[in-house]
Amino acid sequence: MKHSGAAIAALGAGATTPSLRALAATAVLPFENGERPLVKYPQKRPMIGLTSRPPQLETPFSVFNANVITPNDAFFVRYHLADIPLNIDPDAFSVEIKGVVDKPMKLSLAELKEMPAVDIVAVNQCSGNSRGFFNPRVAGGQLGNGAMGNARWKGVSLNTILDKAGVQRSARQVTFNGLDRPVTDKTPDFIKALDIDHARDGDVMLAYSMNGADLPVLNGFPLRLVVPGYYGTYWVKHLNEITVIDNVFDGFWMKTAYRIPDNDCNCVEPGTTPKATIPINRFKIRSFITNVADGARLKAGAQVLKGIAFDGGKGIKAVEVSTDGGNAWAQAKLGVDLGKYSFREWQMPVSLAVGEHDLKVRATGNGGEVQPVEPLWNGAGYLRNVIETIRVKVA
Amino acid sequence: MTRSALVALTGLAGLMANVCASGLAEVGARPISYKLPNETAAFKPGPNLKIVENNCTACHSVDYVQTQPRGPKFKRDFWQAEVTKMIKVYGAQIDEADVGKIVDYLTQTY
Repeated sequence: MKHSGAAIAALGAGATTPSLRALAATAVLPFENGERPLVKYPQKRPMIGLTSRPPQLETPFSVFNANVITPNDAFFVRYHLADIPLNIDPDAFSVEIKGVVDKPMKLSLAELKEMPAVDIVAVNQCSGNSRGFFNPRVAGGQLGNGAMGNARWKGVSLNTILDKAGVQRSARQVTFNGLDRPVTDKTPDFIKALDIDHARDGDVMLAYSMNGADLPVLNGFPLRLVVPGYYGTYWVKHLNEITVIDNVFDGFWMKTAYRIPDNDCNCVEPGTTPKATIPINRFKIRSFITNVADGARLKAGAQVLKGIAFDGGKGIKAVEVSTDGGNAWAQAKLGVDLGKYSFREWQMPVSLAVGEHDLKVRATGNGGEVQPVEPLWNGAGYLRNVIETIRVKVA
Repeated sequence: MTRSALVALTGLAGLMANVCASGLAEVGARPISYKLPNETAAFKPGPNLKIVENNCTACHSVDYVQTQPRGPKFKRDFWQAEVTKMIKVYGAQIDEADVGKIVDYLTQTY
């Protein structure tokens, strides 16, 4: 992986009339066919537009340098189905809990807000974040590195709600459905499932607040599932239906889609298909340099590199930086610990001599997880977590 | 009409204009009505364009097609697989006779 950021340019930059520049701006993701419009949606700042129906918006990478908590108006958006809820009355909204429970119920938003609240800082990341960097390329949403974000989520623990409903002994999984619907009933509705023990771990929650405010509409208003440490596919938006089931859910979005190779690396030789697959699950550990873009020109001498790291929920143990293409590594200073599911900031003072340098960053998790030196491949373009490289020219 | 009523109405009109401009209408704090921006991506000219528009854009915008990888490895086999996926996996109702025409367009145009 050679590139971390998106170059953002206003079309017509260099033209004589600045007033015309702001209208049509583009972002260029650093892979072939990576030109994207910068688009403005209600409740959002200009975002990198991947698709418009349904909307998929990527966060400009500079946002991760400016904030360890991703602002709501910069948080990425990913839908699968085009019939998304656009008229939502939170006073009429409720979430239904049903299936193998003693007391099926519907809880209004007001009732949820009266229940004991939990608060957790957690990264949400699209399974296909960074898909555009796959080599060989694969079909799917051609994302740069901006389909991730870190927010403080507040809501009710799923376990609290399951206790209230009374989970029966036969329970094996819990399924989650939201208000978004397919355009045709031939398309499978977007429903996800978690094993019952995972659903009851206390960290999985129903969030009605994000960074102290209501969820933006495109991030799941008024209620979404938060599955800390897990890829975003499980974070069902506009969550209105929770079903406890006594079997393993076999819906399309679990049984067929969002599967990864069932082996130690969750990878295969490029161009091949795996023998067996499992549902995608925890984040692979990742780290990024955020204050220097690929291809940047820097002045020689002392300076500070900074960035972020995160993993699937054990927390970051160490971040190391190399300024010589990966030969020598030195340990970075970690920033404030916002919890094991959060981005962890890091800083590294370096001294750069005149010349070209490959800056690299790698993280180690509390469970010993490390990032691969070479990218691992799978046909769906998930799980990218190679050690990132930023090439700079120092003068 | 009294002056104060006029001021109130002007204020309301101003508020509504703000709401429309932001694309997000709220009465009091709620309910929320969200307005998506218009789609801007359009298919490039090519063979069978009308058939492509009628089928593909029923479920998704054109940028789904435009942003896919390009190059010699992303020609007929790639687009055939994509169209097949749309039919078999996502239930797209495409006439048998149109499938080849859509693949032709995608292969020649992207």
